[in-house]
Amino acid sequence: MQRTIPLAICFIMGIFMMVQFFVPHPISINSYDIVLRWIRIITIFALVLGVGSLAMYHTTKIRRRVTGWTFSIVTIIALVVTAIIGLIGGVGRGSWLQVIFQNIFVPVNSTMFSILAFYMASAAYRAFRARTKEATILLIAAFIVMLGMVPIGSAISKRLPELAEWILTVPNTAAKRGIIFGIALGGIATSLKIILGIERGWLGGGKQ
Amino acid sequence: MKKWKVCYLLIFNLLILQSISAQIGPPSNIRVFDTPNDAGKSITITWARSPDDSSIDGYQIFRAEKGQTYSPVATVTKFERRYLDESVTDYKEYSYQIVAYKYIAPDTMRSVPITSGLVKSSPEWFNTNRINVLIGMVIVFSLILYYIFHARRGKKLFIRRIPGLDAVDEAVGRATEMGKPILYVPGLSSVSDVATIAAINILGEVAKKTAQHDTTLLVPNRDPIVYTVCREVVKEAYTSVGRPDVYKADNIFFITDSQFAYAAAVSGIMVREKPATNFFLGMFWAESLVLAETGATTGAIQIAGTDSIFQLPFFITACDYTLIGEELYAASAYLSREPILLGSLVGQDYGKVVIIVIVLAATALMLLSKAFPVLSSLINFFSVN
Repeated sequence: MQRTIPLAICFIMGIFMMVQFFVPHPISINSYDIVLRWIRIITIFALVLGVGSLAMYHTTKIRRRVTGWTFSIVTIIALVVTAIIGLIGGVGRGSWLQVIFQNIFVPVNSTMFSILAFYMASAAYRAFRARTKEATILLIAAFIVMLGMVPIGSAISKRLPELAEWILTVPNTAAKRGIIFGIALGGIATSLKIILGIERGWLGGGKQ
Repeated sequence: MKKWKVCYLLIFNLLILQSISAQIGPPSNIRVFDTPNDAGKSITITWARSPDDSSIDGYQIFRAEKGQTYSPVATVTKFERRYLDESVTDYKEYSYQIVAYKYIAPDTMRSVPITSGLVKSSPEWFNTNRINVLIGMVIVFSLILYYIFHARRGKKLFIRRIPGLDAVDEAVGRATEMGKPILYVPGLSSVSDVATIAAINILGEVAKKTAQHDTTLLVPNRDPIVYTVCREVVKEAYTSVGRPDVYKADNIFFITDSQFAYAAAVSGIMVREKPATNFFLGMFWAESLVLAETGATTGAIQIAGTDSIFQLPFFITACDYTLIGEELYAASAYLSREPILLGSLVGQDYGKVVIIVIVLAATALMLLSKAFPVLSSLINFFSVN
């Protein structure tokens, strides 16, 4: 029963979603909207579980004094203080929650994002070390593309930007499309297996 | 005398305007029909241009319910030949009039109106524009199901090696030997993403292996629903291999739904806990490189897999093994070695053969359509609306 009900729900909803794609009738559209609304409702309940998990995880870390437990104190304080400020002062424009969001969260988030530039440099160094035949081809292609995209490229040769464009639009796009075909078919096959109850990994596995 | 002058001027103006009005030719061939493949409440009006198209300002569209007087519904530019009236009520009969107009201050000159027949809108039960999708779906589904049943009959199927998945055992073994945990990131997307479901399927198989070896498995989550599903999947996996005693609910946890806050937290875990193996499977965005590069600096074996073609280069660069696109979906079947699941992979491959044939046929049609324009309608069949 514990498995049959989720599998039955999955089958019915999977078939419904498939049929819905082909039916433009308002009954179909309204039903789809109801399903989307239900997803939002379930997400909110799951968020409560998520916050509970976060609180449990960090309180356990603090209690056991595991490595980095002081960071857990910061997390718990941030969680509680933000929630209290939001509940008391509201979340609208000019509220304290917005002040915290704009002056703490946004800069910290942007910092993390900006770190990407450094990671890209180190990843590029790793990728372009010409150790193998493939890496050498990658290095040459990347060199041409990068050079073709900057003014000095066209100063060296008028053909360089054209070559860079060709690499991007022909071999690169062809490879990308090949991968996309595989992804689309893989997605269809996985969905079909889940709908038919053949793939049950999401239920923790079990007999087909 | 002055009064007479004004009077003459007015009469003169009126005559000029009347002559202009008479000169504006009306549009022709008005067609009104229920907009096809829609949810109703929409009527399409098409017309052919006025003979004075170059001198007019546009067209005015009027509508009337059966037996009522006409009232304006829209004014469109002279370049338009189609209007979608979405302010109608289903199953009510309407007729339309179109006039060409030109604005000459202070008046608007209109052509003679052309009137349509009666029409009513209604919603459709089948979108015929998507019949090509339906045909494609039936072909691919049939292939997959055929090979699933083929496998069920016990036929041996060949599946090519996927090094990234062969390395899972090695990765779990390494973590066990080193006495360090395994970090499993099931992507940052929601459970409605197929890549996330694929990642959850693989998590079940990885969890079985970690349970057998008594290795710690850490699963930080970004989505609260994915978190609850992951927790159940890991719990079920531990129970299925007879090791519910070593399952720790605290090791599968929710962090935050903020993208970079999540990346920062997971990077912190990698630096502090120094996992022996990192799995990054599922859907990723810009944080992929932050996670993979941090993991690489800690010296962990990294197995990544995503269907995001934009993040694949980053994973290929920073990880030891990368599951490219469909390999992510194949992982569950590959690891479990369930014949029925393996059968679906063969079905997928034949689906690819069908796609290659369609691509070649469509390319040939495109080339031939230059010489034989009639073939263009065949090409349109392949477009999805």
